[in-house]
Amino acid sequence: MRKKLLSSLLALTMVVTMFAGCGGGSGTQTSGDSQAPSTTSAEKQEEVAATAEEGKVLNIYCWNEEFKSRVTAHYPGYSEVDATHGKIGDIDVVWNITPNKDNAYQNNLDETLLKQDSAAADDKIDIFLVEADYALKYVDTPYTMAVSDLGITDADLANQFQYTKDVVTDSNGVLKGLSWQGCPGALFYNREVAKEVLGTDDPAEVQKYLSDWDTFNKTAETMKAAGYYMTATVNDTYRTYSNNVSSKWVVDGKVVIDDNIMKWVEDSKKLVDGKMTGTADLWSDDWSAGFYPDGKVFCYFGPAWFINFSMAADVEGSIGYNGGWAATEGPQGFFWGGTWICAATGTDNVETIKDIMLKLTTDESIMKEIVVQDDDFVNNKPAMEAMAADTSYSSKVLGGQNPLAMYCAGAGKIDLSNLSAYDQGCNEEFQKAMKNYFEGNATLDEALDIFYKAVTEKYPDLSY
Amino acid sequence: MKKRSKAVRYNKWGYIFLIPFFLVYIVFQLIPLFTTIYNSFFENYRSGLTQIGPNFVGLENYKTLFSGGDIWQYAKNTMVMWLMCFIPQILLSLILGAWFSDVRLRLKGSRFFKTAIYLPNLIMASAFSMLFFTLFSEGGPINSLLLQIGLIDEPFKFFSHVWSSRSLIAFMNLLMWFGNTTILLMAGMMGIDTSLFEAAEVDGATSTQTFFKITLPLLRPILVYVMVTSLIGGLQMFDVPQILTDGSGEPMRSTMTLIMFLNKHLYSKNYGMAGALSVILFIITAILSLVVFKVTGNDKRKA
Repeated sequence: MRKKLLSSLLALTMVVTMFAGCGGGSGTQTSGDSQAPSTTSAEKQEEVAATAEEGKVLNIYCWNEEFKSRVTAHYPGYSEVDATHGKIGDIDVVWNITPNKDNAYQNNLDETLLKQDSAAADDKIDIFLVEADYALKYVDTPYTMAVSDLGITDADLANQFQYTKDVVTDSNGVLKGLSWQGCPGALFYNREVAKEVLGTDDPAEVQKYLSDWDTFNKTAETMKAAGYYMTATVNDTYRTYSNNVSSKWVVDGKVVIDDNIMKWVEDSKKLVDGKMTGTADLWSDDWSAGFYPDGKVFCYFGPAWFINFSMAADVEGSIGYNGGWAATEGPQGFFWGGTWICAATGTDNVETIKDIMLKLTTDESIMKEIVVQDDDFVNNKPAMEAMAADTSYSSKVLGGQNPLAMYCAGAGKIDLSNLSAYDQGCNEEFQKAMKNYFEGNATLDEALDIFYKAVTEKYPDLSY
Repeated sequence: MKKRSKAVRYNKWGYIFLIPFFLVYIVFQLIPLFTTIYNSFFENYRSGLTQIGPNFVGLENYKTLFSGGDIWQYAKNTMVMWLMCFIPQILLSLILGAWFSDVRLRLKGSRFFKTAIYLPNLIMASAFSMLFFTLFSEGGPINSLLLQIGLIDEPFKFFSHVWSSRSLIAFMNLLMWFGNTTILLMAGMMGIDTSLFEAAEVDGATSTQTFFKITLPLLRPILVYVMVTSLIGGLQMFDVPQILTDGSGEPMRSTMTLIMFLNKHLYSKNYGMAGALSVILFIITAILSLVVFKVTGNDKRKA
């Protein structure tokens, strides 16, 4: 009898735990399904109450170490605990870093944001970062707090470049995020190669060989004759073409390929066929081989953060380490990336967020520090213009050149009227699909077909 | 009376002990199976942060899947890569199994090799793929080796040619699974009555004759099992090509398997399309398994 009791008890516990497990699962399911967080007056009051008493945990969602290293180095009062934790006063800072690749970051962020309403105060996202490619996806929803609700006024932001505000302004004209950097692009070329092949490494002189796409392609042939690749891969020039488009990727739910992007395909095909460039993916090993002299690559396209963050400038033996790069405008202006700080609705650390935003994106002395230490280009017009004129500042990686004046001019010219919420998916898939065409595995039409397929798989609401 | 009740009690325990299995089966297999079929009739995806649907659309998802015709391409890819992996694998495993189980050969260190051939399966498929990706990349060691030997003049882009990418995927799957198959076949061979081999030896049969006339026919049930499980595993091929081609199934989607295609739909949480594809996959798997079972398993001699 006792045995029977014991065994039925065991069986029962097993069954119960099983149901408990699936009960929990379905619970989160329903909360995940609940739509946009309601911003009722009760919740507003809660927020106000929260302002008075800051939450104990500051959760930050981002995709790489960049923002973390900026906060660590430049935000006063931040101390690092370990790789994913830090402290600001009594507040624990938790970094949730998910790589950007194949939308992993966004998927993770989406899931957490959709549960934001029901999450415990310490588990709620407080800050998340977005890029221009998909900023609209988040900014145009109630999940992002208006900057003015944090207590930041327009006067605080007067010095910022207009385009950095346009990216994160929602369809009602409300500003919902801030950035500390500006990302006007430039062309970085290898000084040694320029001297050897073009006879000069002076940016103004070299620019003459790169002033528009036709001369650019002609120079590519000269480079080829001298045994150098013009760019590491075709994808290097992609953004320069895609930023100078005259229509959005998606118009009325239809995918549209702009003429300038087709020009990229045409020019690139010639470069690949002539073996003047490769077809590797950006960020791959074959692509970054050109950061070293053995890679035999003449130039890269990139914004200011590219020098500091990507070009292996701190690795001995790299071109950047020896100050072997120089910057010039290149054939067309463009911008690349940029990171915007957004506050998530429902945060309990309003004051801290406000302070981080103000310190990093408006405090002139901190921002100048970022320029000097990290070669970044910051989002502060007067400060940048002052530094551009300052002969004492120069970039080590760029062999003593001061590229700020060039960036300043570029930042003023950036036009973001053709951004759409689908940009990241479209850009990625387009480059992937065209690779087939460049490598001769498909005709242009077949490759375009692959692109349309991939995009409509990613975004079922689009058609072509 | 007393005796009867005791028997009934034992039966009852049998059922009670089966409850956990059935519960797990129902919760994790049966219910998902039916919800998948149910989901496949709905338009249900997420665009940005906005949820669209679920709206009932009938067979619309199936129509979309078949109208593109891509699904056949992906099914073909999957089967081609499975065959490229399975045929060499079964041959290799049969030979190894025969050698290992042959008492007359007295192979030295067979214990070591039995372990060693299984080892590749212990590595995570993703790590294995990353390793191969690096090895065979344009600037990778294989290319520089071939360049130095002088076999090629410029780096060969392994992942830009249909057959080299497919072969690599098949080869990796082969490496990962031949040990497993060998052990299964060996177990089957060792289960064969040794007196049969001895009788054959007395009758003067060569080892080739023994293999084809005795080992193979008696191994049939195990062979069928290996084939069916490998086929189902092959249809579900995902991790290796996904990592190796970065989810793109390049070049020209010639290495895109059915499950990779399924995964593409989950990017936008498109449960409707993904559900429809799963249902088709389920039907294909069921049919193929039945065919293999009917063709190879229906042997009169066995009974």
